[in-house]
Amino acid sequence: MSTATNDVTLPDDIKLRGDVVLPDPVQGREALVRGPHDFHAVTEMVCKVNEAPLKATPKPFLFGLALAASGLAMFGGYIGYLLWEGPGIWGNNNPVGWAWDIVNFVFWVGIGHAGTLISAILYLFRQKWRTSINRYAEAMTIFAVIAASSCVALHTGRVWMDYYLFPIPNQMGLWPNFRSPLEWDVFAVNTYFLVSLLFWFTGLVPDFATLRDRATVRWRQVFYGALSLGWRGSMRHWQTYEKAYQILAAFSAPLVLSVHTIVSFDFAVSQLPGWHTTIFPPYFVAGAVFSGFAMVQTLMLPARHWLGLKDLVTAKHIENINKIILVTGSLVGYAYAMEFFVAAYSGNDYEGFTFLNRMGGPYWWAYWIMVSCNVITPQLFWFRKIRTSAAWSFGLAFFVNIGMWFERFVITVTSLHRDALVSSWDYFVPVTEVFYLVGTFGLFFTLFLLFVRFFPVIAMAEVKMVMPQADPHWEGYSHEGEHHAAPAAASGGHS
Amino acid sequence: MAQIFPRWTNQTPRLITIGGLLGLAALIFAVYWWASPYHTDVGYQPKQPVAYSHALHAGELKMDCRYCHVNAERGASAGVPPTATCMNCHAQVKKGSEQLKPVYDSWLDGKGDKSIEWVRIHKLPDYAYFNHSAHVALGVGENRAAIGCETCHGRIDQMVVVRQDQPLSMAWCIDCHSNPGPNLRPTDAVTKMGWSADLDWQESQKRIALTLNPPGSLSGAQKFVDGQYKTYATAGCTGCHR
Repeated sequence: MSTATNDVTLPDDIKLRGDVVLPDPVQGREALVRGPHDFHAVTEMVCKVNEAPLKATPKPFLFGLALAASGLAMFGGYIGYLLWEGPGIWGNNNPVGWAWDIVNFVFWVGIGHAGTLISAILYLFRQKWRTSINRYAEAMTIFAVIAASSCVALHTGRVWMDYYLFPIPNQMGLWPNFRSPLEWDVFAVNTYFLVSLLFWFTGLVPDFATLRDRATVRWRQVFYGALSLGWRGSMRHWQTYEKAYQILAAFSAPLVLSVHTIVSFDFAVSQLPGWHTTIFPPYFVAGAVFSGFAMVQTLMLPARHWLGLKDLVTAKHIENINKIILVTGSLVGYAYAMEFFVAAYSGNDYEGFTFLNRMGGPYWWAYWIMVSCNVITPQLFWFRKIRTSAAWSFGLAFFVNIGMWFERFVITVTSLHRDALVSSWDYFVPVTEVFYLVGTFGLFFTLFLLFVRFFPVIAMAEVKMVMPQADPHWEGYSHEGEHHAAPAAASGGHS
Repeated sequence: MAQIFPRWTNQTPRLITIGGLLGLAALIFAVYWWASPYHTDVGYQPKQPVAYSHALHAGELKMDCRYCHVNAERGASAGVPPTATCMNCHAQVKKGSEQLKPVYDSWLDGKGDKSIEWVRIHKLPDYAYFNHSAHVALGVGENRAAIGCETCHGRIDQMVVVRQDQPLSMAWCIDCHSNPGPNLRPTDAVTKMGWSADLDWQESQKRIALTLNPPGSLSGAQKFVDGQYKTYATAGCTGCHR
């Protein structure tokens, strides 16, 4: 049974995109992997990155790692300074008790959400295109949660008492305050980290086994051998793997919604105008997915360029991600508008003042940076040319990253700086906090670059499952098709 | 291809998981148990400058505690006696004793301003407010009761050298503050050692405890009740951390 390729409808602008996309003869839509690749070619493309000898690590990569690691080293010094001097090294003042510490935390936790959405929700909805991007989106999640934890663990002042966050039996007979959303946050973020890590690792096991089997050096054999947990690729292994993966996906899916909901409770459960808003949970979740997908673009576009993965991460992936950015960006814009509407409609003077103060008060510049980056930028993705272009996507995603950081700044600082007592109004100016933010980026990128160097950045096994060759009805590309007939792929059905 | 790992390594993921979980539980238990004041503080028995025996003075000779610890019922701190208190008796009794040499040295150093430097045993942190007198006698009228010396300090009458008998940890404080009844006794039995409540007094304990911890008092140190502020035993955080 051979389906002729002329039944397949391809996008009109396929030439314009510069991709050579072979149609998937079984599914009848363009294939997710570009070019005439068989299974082995996918393995080669992905493993090439990890298998370069240590001494042959590309110079630009080493430069990037050195840059990130120096940021991390600086962060270590900064933490020492913070522990020695205390949070007085920040610009936090009397009404503004929460500033960059919480801003950075919410920023990083939010970024993680894209990874979970890609890995869990898109998986459960059988969105096959996710397979090319889920691995490093999940890695991004884990490293972002680590960066977020470093913010929230260091903002407590007496950092050595952080174990108070956990319900550990103690001689005081005291438990954490379970009625506080800050305590819920501890559980939400820890659960999130643990489930994400398990999910990520489970997916990595078959790919680690591939790297182990291909290893030519002893340390690689041992390293990947230990990580692959004795994976042999037997039918039983695959059956167990699929079950475990599905269960973990089911665990992760609600976390996409719950974690940032609880982060938003940190604000919404308080009674401060500007924070005490019922729209916060969905608004925060949309914002989290929005910022996360922007970060996925920021990380993915250079990676696919420099690692030579353009055939696996195609314009279609870029476009799909941009569509999600467009949807969630519009939701965020709607939430901004709704906050103002509710402030006006409530007739509450304090609520009204807070929002007018946000827009036109001393922090007007932060508010308008937020609006222009988060509301206007994603609307450009209505244009197909823009949302399929790597350069545009990278640039616009960068603006979204900036805008989403400012969103958290606006929510945290502008709500606090003019409280109910006019005499205590104050203007918050950061002192050393820039190093704090740069340090978390150093931590994040050090981990991320090490991941890129040593772990398979694309889920090889999963990508192979969504290739046309994996379909039981696959009988090779039809030779009468006008598109490229691929000799390599034609014989690659069951290799 | 040759095997990379020997066969026994099949068990390592399982062992790491189980070992990690058990290790974490063991660590928490170890800190909870061996780093708590039950182990670090109970039994603290420093060497005092004078070989003074409570077993002799309070036990055998049945001296009243308050003869030396004069502020126990009136002061925030019960206090330890100055040399002069010793000399009330020892100006006459056992004058030449070698064991009493530090007492006489302190008394006869010419100026009389250098008292014996007893080593403090029962210590509370600075951030915990504690008033000794409030615990020795509390309540009014028929609801007046006391906590006996032995409840917190142990059988002093049997100690040759005094040791810390109770942990003085926060949970230990709170255990009594949330259920003070069983530790209450009549005020005339404060210093009595080995006292136990009879059936009548057990009823009184329940009655008095209810005046110390009326329902709903858990949340606050002081409440405005019946036209006046009242302090309850379950004092909330600010009762002790002021």
